[in-house]
Formats: sequence, structure tokens, C-alpha cells
Amino acid sequence: MTERTIAVDYLARVEGEGALRARLDGDRVEEVELRIFEPPRFFEALLRGRSFEEAPDLTARICGICPVAYQMSASHAMESALGMHVTGTLRELRRLLYCGEWIESHSLHIYLLHAPDFLGFPDAVRMAKEFPEVVARGLSLKRAGNHLMEVLGGREIHPVNVRVGGFYRAPEREELEALRPELEKALGLAAETVRFASGLEFPDVEEDYEFVSLVHPDEYPMNEGLIRSSRGLEIPAARYEEEFEELQVPHSNALHSVRRGGGSYLVGPMARYALNRTRLLPKTRALANDVGLEPVVTNPARSIIVRSLEVHYACEEALRILSTYRRPEAAFVPPPATFEGGSGAAATEAPRGLLYHRYELSRERLIERARIVAPTSQNQKRIEDDLRHLLERQIRADDATLTDACERAIRHHDPCISCATHFLTLEVDRR
Amino acid sequence: MSGNSEMSPRRPRLAVWKLASCDGCQLTLLDCEDELLAVAGAVDIAYFREATSAAVDGPYDLSLVEGSITTAADARRIREVRAATTTLVTIGACATAGGVQALRNLGDIDDFKKAVYARPEFISTLATSTPIRDHVPVDFELRGCPISKRQLLETLSAFLARRTPNVPTESVCLECKRRGNVCVLVAHGTPCLGPVTQAGCGAICPAFHRGCYGCFGPQDTVNAPPLLTELQQLGLSPPQLERLLRTFNAEAPAFRAAAESLGAGGEK
Repeated sequence: MTERTIAVDYLARVEGEGALRARLDGDRVEEVELRIFEPPRFFEALLRGRSFEEAPDLTARICGICPVAYQMSASHAMESALGMHVTGTLRELRRLLYCGEWIESHSLHIYLLHAPDFLGFPDAVRMAKEFPEVVARGLSLKRAGNHLMEVLGGREIHPVNVRVGGFYRAPEREELEALRPELEKALGLAAETVRFASGLEFPDVEEDYEFVSLVHPDEYPMNEGLIRSSRGLEIPAARYEEEFEELQVPHSNALHSVRRGGGSYLVGPMARYALNRTRLLPKTRALANDVGLEPVVTNPARSIIVRSLEVHYACEEALRILSTYRRPEAAFVPPPATFEGGSGAAATEAPRGLLYHRYELSRERLIERARIVAPTSQNQKRIEDDLRHLLERQIRADDATLTDACERAIRHHDPCISCATHFLTLEVDRR
Repeated sequence: MSGNSEMSPRRPRLAVWKLASCDGCQLTLLDCEDELLAVAGAVDIAYFREATSAAVDGPYDLSLVEGSITTAADARRIREVRAATTTLVTIGACATAGGVQALRNLGDIDDFKKAVYARPEFISTLATSTPIRDHVPVDFELRGCPISKRQLLETLSAFLARRTPNVPTESVCLECKRRGNVCVLVAHGTPCLGPVTQAGCGAICPAFHRGCYGCFGPQDTVNAPPLLTELQQLGLSPPQLERLLRTFNAEAPAFRAAAESLGAGGEK
């Protein structure tokens, strides 16, 4: 009689295929499952026997939304295995490319996927009829990010210019300088986005998150740094598998990550901001103070403000890199002449959070074993915890209200299901 | 089909479907920032899960299908999509050639499952990744990993105007000449699949001093042996050549045949 199931068979406005099922018994939440039915594509298996040079392009195909993240983590992991060091201008160019992806991916989520929930529309196209200037601003920002990736990477989806050691061709100063007017305009639009997001109405929710992100002494983290947890862990990427483990659950094609001996944790913009706020650039820090953003955001709905702030940061950082850019003499650091085989691990900050790669290479520099842990598989268990708490708070609500609230709660975390299988249908089952 | 869109009050219904893929090709539609609202004005977006929570039941006038068939459920789903669709266009290397996940076709699926999952028995998948045309009739195919924005917009315009899309089937070499690129193969000895790969990308890789890696799949009248001979003379070993041909369009028949002709005998 009182037992019920809440179900969303195919989550919308998330990247990839997933469903949600919850079983409620009276006032008790029995079970919450994010179900990823995105078909598995077996990347770790098909990478075996491939050359180290192929990992950036092959793994980019895990996700069309954040290919640069895969190219970066793969390149850094290979460089770690081969003992290569990419520094100076090439390191700056990598950050610049990552800025393009952060701007594009975050703008897509803020304006096309997330904002319709706050303004009460099924999608951005319908939202554009009532709020044309909001959608136009989002599309302009997104275009600026895409344009940066096109100039530096060759194209916005699966860029072609990244290689282990750096790039195939370093851009001329004039090519990058031509991007300046659009990026300066984007910086202004990003500031408007932060103010727009801060003005939205948020449910009164606090979650007790363990945040995990890279930290770096000199900069807001993208490509390099130590992995830090808000509960006191700080390790290099090489020790990631000692501290975090992936569990396979029968209801999902994605793997669930947990802290070894602990529980769920959260990666992504909220984690990065909580652990690196003081490393933001001056204009972005001033803007955060201006809109009164709390130093640690624990309301998942307010992630839209943090994501907006990171778009602003990425614009400010891209402009900083442009202002000092001089074309380097070599576009890449060559691999060493000799290699005896070995392994390397790296983590970089994808728009959705920490992305870990590890490879074992033979003497012939062919991949013997690959391990890839995507941000959404790390967040999946934490999203289920958010949903459990939401259902406990609102358990007396009717099924339609709960279903809608659950879908929105999932979108707060910008899950990328294509990455996670490497996600949702909500079913609420009440007893 | 009813009359054209100018005369009929009903706009054509567009559906966008996703099977095994990375989302990149459907993202190409959302990446048309300057044209997105115009496209949304010309068609009725009836089904597009990545972009909208509103979903309209079929029939659909145009379906764009991203991704390959890798599960029994998707093999059933594509038949339902075909039955509900007037014009079905497949978009990208996964949908037109099986994608990078078709590398499993050369290996052992149980071994693949064990390499990724501790409990392979929970994973339900087919042994192969196959293109959509192996399962249902397809009206038009757009190549690329990812597809080109320009070709996608041309295909949508052609559909609205009821004409055939103008999508050239020449090789990347011609695009390279038009772009004014220096030939990386001739001038620098950089291995390049441009001579046997279909145009459409805009010859991006050579413009970045890199050889084409074949992401638009084999060109129509591909003649691989002379290129393979030249690449071997450049010092590429048969396994290296095989890897070059076996990426995102590994199961496109012409690339598969060229890789098999090398007799390298590698699994991938």
C-alpha cells in the first residue's frame, strides 16, 4: 500500500544514457540506484597493444564533451611513464586549450542543460522564446570556448593538435592574439553569468561533502598538482589507486568509486573551488566576493554559480596566457631515445572533475595495461547519496514532484554518462 | 509526407538518437551556436534527450542517429526508430562504420569484459560493434569522428529543401590543395592517410603539420596498395601501418581490407 517506486527511464539534459530508480517503504528510503545503461565500449581493453602515442586520440573518444581532458590526462600519464617533462610555453599552451574546454563545457551545462530547470523550461530552445538575451549570452560564451579550441586544437570536438610531449604545431602569436577581442567580451559575459546565476532561486539544501581535487601551489588546478581531499588526504596521482577504489555494482555499466575504507566523495567545480579558492585570479576572486559567494559551497544547486565563476576564471586565465605568449622554438618535447618499459599515472581536472589515467608500457612502448577513472564514475555514489537525502526530506511529496526533484538534483552535478561507462531512467518504487 | 514546410503549418519533426558513442556528433548540433535557434525554428525538435526533457512520440520526419549497435537492446531500438522515421541519417564514424569500439570485433569479447570489469557476468553486450546500415536501411550517411558542423547544416538544409545533400566524396588531398597546405607526406615524409580518406574535415591535420589519421573513413574509390607501399618505404612496419588503419573506422570495409592485406596478424 505505502510501497512505491519512483522511476525516470531516460534522464534528459545529461550527456549520455542513464536512469534512476528509488524504492520507498512508507517513510523510509530503501534503495536509490543511478543506473547507467550507456553501452560499455571497453576502452581499457582496446588500448592494449596500441602505441603510447595513440592514447590521447583514442581516449578522447570516450567523451565528445571533454575530449581535451582525456588528451591531457593521457599525455601526462605517458610522459610520466617515459620520464618526459613539459614546461614553459608548452605547459601554458596546454592550460590555454583546457581553458577553451572549461568555457565550452561549462557554458553548455549552465545555459543549455541546467538553467532551464531554474527558469522552468524543458530546454534552452523554449527558454530562448522568453529569455532570448540569456540564451544568446550562453551561446556567445560557448562559441568563445569552441573558437579557442578550434584555433589551438584544430577543431572543438576531438582536437587534432595534442600529442605526448606537447603539440604538433605551436600557433603563431598573431593567431592567438586574434582571439583577444572575443575573449575580452567573453570575460564580460562570464561576469554577467556569475551575477545571473547568483540571482537564481535555490532550494535550502546543505550536503556534507568530502571534496577531492587537484591542488597546486601557484595556480587554480588544471593539468598538474597533488590530489587533496577536504578530509585531510594529500597524495601524488601515482598513489591514487592506494587511496581510491572502483567497485562494480550490478545495476550499472559504470564503476562506482569510493575512498578505500570510506564512502562517497565529490569531484568537480564545487570541490576545486572549495580547495583552491585562494588561487583564483584577482578579477575572479573579486567577483566571487562581490556576489557574496561562500568560501565553501555545500548546496549542490549553487554549483551553477561555481561553474559560472570557473568560466570567468578560464577567460581571465586565457587572456593572461595570451598576453605573454611567444611562439616556442619546438612544438613538443621528443620522447627519450631509449626506454626499458614502465608505468605512469596522471590526473588532470576535466570540467566535471578529476580524471585519472594510468598506463603500463612495454619496452616497445606499447600499452600493456590501461586504467581510466572518469569524474562521473567517481561522483556517481555521491549523487546517489544526494538523492537519498532529498527523498528522505520530501518523502511525503507525490511521485511526480519527487521525480522532477530527483532529475534536477542529478543535473546539479553535470553528470557525463558517456564518460561514466566508460548513467539514468528514474523509477521510484514505494512500499 | 505532407506538403512543404512553407505551405504546411506543421514543421518537420526532428529526432536525435544516441547508441554506443561519445556524444560528440550530437554535440556538433549544439555547437552550431550561430545557427542553433534558426534550426530550432525550422524544425520541431521532437526528441533529443541530451538537449530537452520534452519528448514527443513518433512518427518523425527526420532522425539523426549517433552511435553503433553493440547490444541486443539497441539492435531492437534501431528497428523501432526506423519504423517511426521517414528519413534516417546516420551521423559519425560509430554509426557509419562501428566506431573505435569496433576494435572489439578483432578480439575476444570475454577477454575485453574481463579487462574492464571485475564481474563480467553483469555486462550485457554483443561480441561486435556494427554500423546502423547492417541493421536497417539508411537514407544518408555523414562521416567523421566527429562529423563536420558544415556538413551537418548542409544535410539539414537539404532535408528541409527536399534535395540531396552536397557532401563531396573526394579525398582529403583535394581539401588540402584548396586549403593551400604543404603536403606533409611529400615534403616532410610524415605518414598520412589523406590520399585514401574521404574529405569533409577541411584537411585539419596537415594544416597542423600532422598526417591525416583517417577519421572520415575510406574515400569511395580508395586505392590503398600504392599508399601502403610508400608508407612502408618511409619506414613504417606492418604493425604500425595496421594500427594507423585501425582506429575510428577500423571496420569500414576498405580500411579493414587494407589492414588485413598487410598480413601483420595483429589483433589490433
